[in-house]
Amino acid sequence: MEQKQKLVEVKNLKQYFKVGKGQVVKAVDDVTFDIYKGETLGLVGESGCGKSTTGRTIIGLYQATAGEVLFNGVNVHAKKSAKETKELKRKMQMIFQDPYASLNPRMTVADIIAEGIDIHGLAKTKEERMNRVYELLETVGLNREHANRYPHEFSGGQRQRIGIARALAVEPEFIIADEPISALDVSIQAQVVNLMKKLQREKGLTYLFIAHDLSMVKYISDRIGVMYFGKLVELADAEELYRNPIHPYTKSLLSAIPHPDPETERTRRRIIYDPSQHNYKDGEELRMREITPGHFVYCSEAEYEKYKAMYG
Amino acid sequence: MEKLLEVKNLEVSFQTYGGEVHAVRGVSFHVNKGETLAIVGESGSGKSVTSQAIMRLIPTPPGKIKNGQILFNGEDLVQKTDKEMEEIRGRDIGMIFQDPMTSLNPTMKVGRQIMEVLIKHQKMSHAAAKERAIELLRLVGISMPEKRVNQYPHEFSGGMRQRAMIAIALASNPKLLIADEPTTALDVTIQAQILELMKDLQKKLGTSIIFITHDLGVVANMADRVAVMYAGKIVEMGTVDEIFYDPRHPYTWGLLASMPSLDSDDKKELAAIPGSPPDLTNPPKGDAFAPRNPYAMRIDFEQEPPMFKISDTHYAATWLLHPDAPKVEPPEAVKKRLRKLSSNYEKPILVKESE
Repeated sequence: MEQKQKLVEVKNLKQYFKVGKGQVVKAVDDVTFDIYKGETLGLVGESGCGKSTTGRTIIGLYQATAGEVLFNGVNVHAKKSAKETKELKRKMQMIFQDPYASLNPRMTVADIIAEGIDIHGLAKTKEERMNRVYELLETVGLNREHANRYPHEFSGGQRQRIGIARALAVEPEFIIADEPISALDVSIQAQVVNLMKKLQREKGLTYLFIAHDLSMVKYISDRIGVMYFGKLVELADAEELYRNPIHPYTKSLLSAIPHPDPETERTRRRIIYDPSQHNYKDGEELRMREITPGHFVYCSEAEYEKYKAMYG
Repeated sequence: MEKLLEVKNLEVSFQTYGGEVHAVRGVSFHVNKGETLAIVGESGSGKSVTSQAIMRLIPTPPGKIKNGQILFNGEDLVQKTDKEMEEIRGRDIGMIFQDPMTSLNPTMKVGRQIMEVLIKHQKMSHAAAKERAIELLRLVGISMPEKRVNQYPHEFSGGMRQRAMIAIALASNPKLLIADEPTTALDVTIQAQILELMKDLQKKLGTSIIFITHDLGVVANMADRVAVMYAGKIVEMGTVDEIFYDPRHPYTWGLLASMPSLDSDDKKELAAIPGSPPDLTNPPKGDAFAPRNPYAMRIDFEQEPPMFKISDTHYAATWLLHPDAPKVEPPEAVKKRLRKLSSNYEKPILVKESE
């Protein structure tokens, strides 16, 4: 691809949590990646691998322990004036996993969607505000009659659409979607994914799509990062990652997905990942290394040579 | 093959302020000894209610089994008293729920929860029950079971809790195991382990399994036969190959087409099923799927489709199988799957009500 512009740069990001007794959980441990303008980066991994924490730290819900996140060159975690902070928050939005917990049950849909509009003063008159709400509802496939209702009157898929409308209300450039479809039914998942893709095409949005359903991630993402215990272990184009996984953990993860095809299922063999198989020696430098163009793997120098010979 | 469970024309409804919700509207199926039947469908399709009805766990009121029979080893469970049901639940039918954290008792040691069943229903001594509990934990692949029996559920990880649930369900050597979305809350790698475990145990113990899920990948992995439910009815039923390689109902087509395939590089729009499931307080006239069905004909809105038999094992309720129906092409993603199955009849046969 020609000249891709970096929208988000994550550099050596660390997010540790103190859990008492002097113990520390390294939820995100030295993760580095870029997100390009207009692309969808998928982030996959098992629960507890730090993928959600990564998303939440990027948007500034947590103060990073170390490392930095640059959004359009601006450090998200650095001290800023109130005005700068506000502007940054407008450009980055989030869609949450649980459409039941993320909408205030005591607010009408119109107020939920317009909250951002009000805070950022994006509508001058009441009428303009409502028109904007109607427009957003229609964008996400709901209709204007829904504006005065409350969240409990909607189904899961509809609520997720409201969540999307709320994120879009402030005209963001970048949306972090944390498991946006996990709580939805299969037939509704496809609807929401189609909607997200359509909005991306129309508005040139950039997504960080966090999920554990690998088939959906592959479908929606341009590139995919695989996380394991706080580390990014592999990063590559979506197709490439599925066709030529290199890191043994990625291989194991891919081999565990059941395919909707009885014949493949009868012959599928699961690969089991054992972290001790690497046999890393003390003092070996482990980092992301590029094996083939655009395909990065977390490995040692010795492994790099091996992978390079096998796949390069 | 011998039938272990036979459900005949089951109807379950719930009284709510909004009116009577007809959650299950005339469901019939059977489970053979040693086989796995998968029930698939969206939330609200009645799949969980069906399984709860078999266990007689429908809260009454507001729920009620309005009609039908549930024959387990030839005996009708609908007619059993609560006392008799307790005996059956403790001995013959085990159940695994979706969320292991809410179905395990947080104030009781895991071992104790397994032993409870053994002491009550198998009249084991405390010591013998404890030994069996350790054995069961080992069977479901929990390491250091001697230590684990004395731990509480919060000391277990999600996958381990689900294993403990399976151990409880298996404690009584049940003939039938009902698993309601047992792996939905788990990661893929843990899910793979649990599924392997269940298959392994089935082989060893000869248990029949009813597996409720909405994940078609898991269905392809686990099931011998599949029943597809929509709006409280079974719309298609057949062997796993028949459902995946020769589906006939437009809803089954929709489910299969709405999933992205891992093998293709296709970035075309997913074939989503438009709209959402119907409100079962007033089940629609005709075919409940008609409003979301791009293949719906006029008759679908007026009259409910009857069951058609495509082979000895394959049934589907759609007017498209009627001899007078126009020939339609299934969606592209489904067409790629289609195979000619030799067991099919020359033409679908209309199933008479009495059968």
